[in-house]
Amino acid sequence: MRHSALYTILFSGAVCVVCAVLVSSSAVSLKEDQLRNAALDKQRNVLFAAGLADPAEKLDAEQVQRLFDNIRPVVIDLKSGEATDIDPTLFDQAKAARNANTSQEAPPNRASVQRLPNHALVYEVLEEGVPSLAVVPIEGYGLWSTLYGFLAVENDANTVRGITYYQHLETPGLGGEVDNPKWKAAWPGRKIYDESGVPALRVIKGAADPADQAPYEIDGLTGATITSNGVTAMIEFWLGDNGFRSYLTKLREGQSR
Amino acid sequence: MSAAYRKTLLDPLFESNPIALQVLGICSALAVTSKMETALVMCVAVICVLALSNVSISLLRNFIPGNVRIIVQLTIIASLVIITDQVLKAYVYEISKQLSVFVGLIITNCIIMGRAEAYAMQNGPLDSLLDGLGNGLGYSTVLMLTAFFREVLAQGTVFGQVVLPKVSDGGWYNPNGILGIPAGAFFLIGFFIWALRVWKTDQIEAEG
Repeated sequence: MRHSALYTILFSGAVCVVCAVLVSSSAVSLKEDQLRNAALDKQRNVLFAAGLADPAEKLDAEQVQRLFDNIRPVVIDLKSGEATDIDPTLFDQAKAARNANTSQEAPPNRASVQRLPNHALVYEVLEEGVPSLAVVPIEGYGLWSTLYGFLAVENDANTVRGITYYQHLETPGLGGEVDNPKWKAAWPGRKIYDESGVPALRVIKGAADPADQAPYEIDGLTGATITSNGVTAMIEFWLGDNGFRSYLTKLREGQSR
Repeated sequence: MSAAYRKTLLDPLFESNPIALQVLGICSALAVTSKMETALVMCVAVICVLALSNVSISLLRNFIPGNVRIIVQLTIIASLVIITDQVLKAYVYEISKQLSVFVGLIITNCIIMGRAEAYAMQNGPLDSLLDGLGNGLGYSTVLMLTAFFREVLAQGTVFGQVVLPKVSDGGWYNPNGILGIPAGAFFLIGFFIWALRVWKTDQIEAEG
């Protein structure tokens, strides 16, 4: 079928306009549900990291809420490690890291973190009113994408309770194995800091020994050396002096007081 | 339903299955078939996109200028895929996370462009709807069969329910690891094509 050039242009334009309207109206009308799902998913992952829920079970919003009764979200000052009175329900750490007023340029680091927020949102799991665990957010670059996750640390400020990633675009089956329950099961009981207080926990090549023999080692992800190194780098950064170290120290001292 | 309509709808199931005979859409058939639940959602998504794209392209077929037809088809398909992705994120978030990039990759699923170009551009909306549904179901048949065997042999479960208790969980079944990885799906689809061609010998291509 032959058509004039004008017709072709007008027709293509019309198709684009109709498609654009359909796509944007679906995006706008579904946004609320999507944000609610994303928030719920994040809360679920806090529970998974803390070992309070099993990822194999499907938790609905109500169950998550009930488990969250014992969890206190706190916005802390990263540098001092002190709690602040910023409302955690209104705090968006990713937004804070983008805003020049609430963040600073991150020091050079292997996790490829560009900006360091002044404040961070952590979750304290309470046992009879006292924090027994802290779930801290971690993020860093793997092979293709930034991995976002949570690490749960016990109140001795050294022992890992669990890890989980809730967002990443690593290759399924290779780097994507950070989601594998078997790999995550290797984390609980490992130690973060060596005698000199530096984060020493790292993902090695090959299989690691049990936690009591190799407290600073985690099994490597087969075929995903770069993702494995990314995980090591983000532990090193977020639990180091620029990250949550001062907060965790405060948490431990709070216990001994 | 007239015989012609029934043929349009049902032929793609076994007579001219898009995966088994035309060998289209293999990429997603390998990627999303490790669990039946994700495969089912993927099938529903592909059927919706395929039916809607076939109908809308068929309705526009007499107006689409020949020299930009591929781009127009792609624009329509891409829009439908984005909308599908948004709907999945809003209503089945967990599964949409597992499907990750593969929903977006429906855009490049050869079955959809293939049916738009080969069928919807020449036939009316009703025929095209049936053709879309039929090919979607043909794709789904292979996907669900593959997912069934992969899940049951690699994890001992069907739709997440344990049918073969694994040794690691105190049962007797020693899972087959290769079916857990995408390469395992290659074998299964190969066997499926083989079985289909033993049954329907006219699908065997002439040698040489």
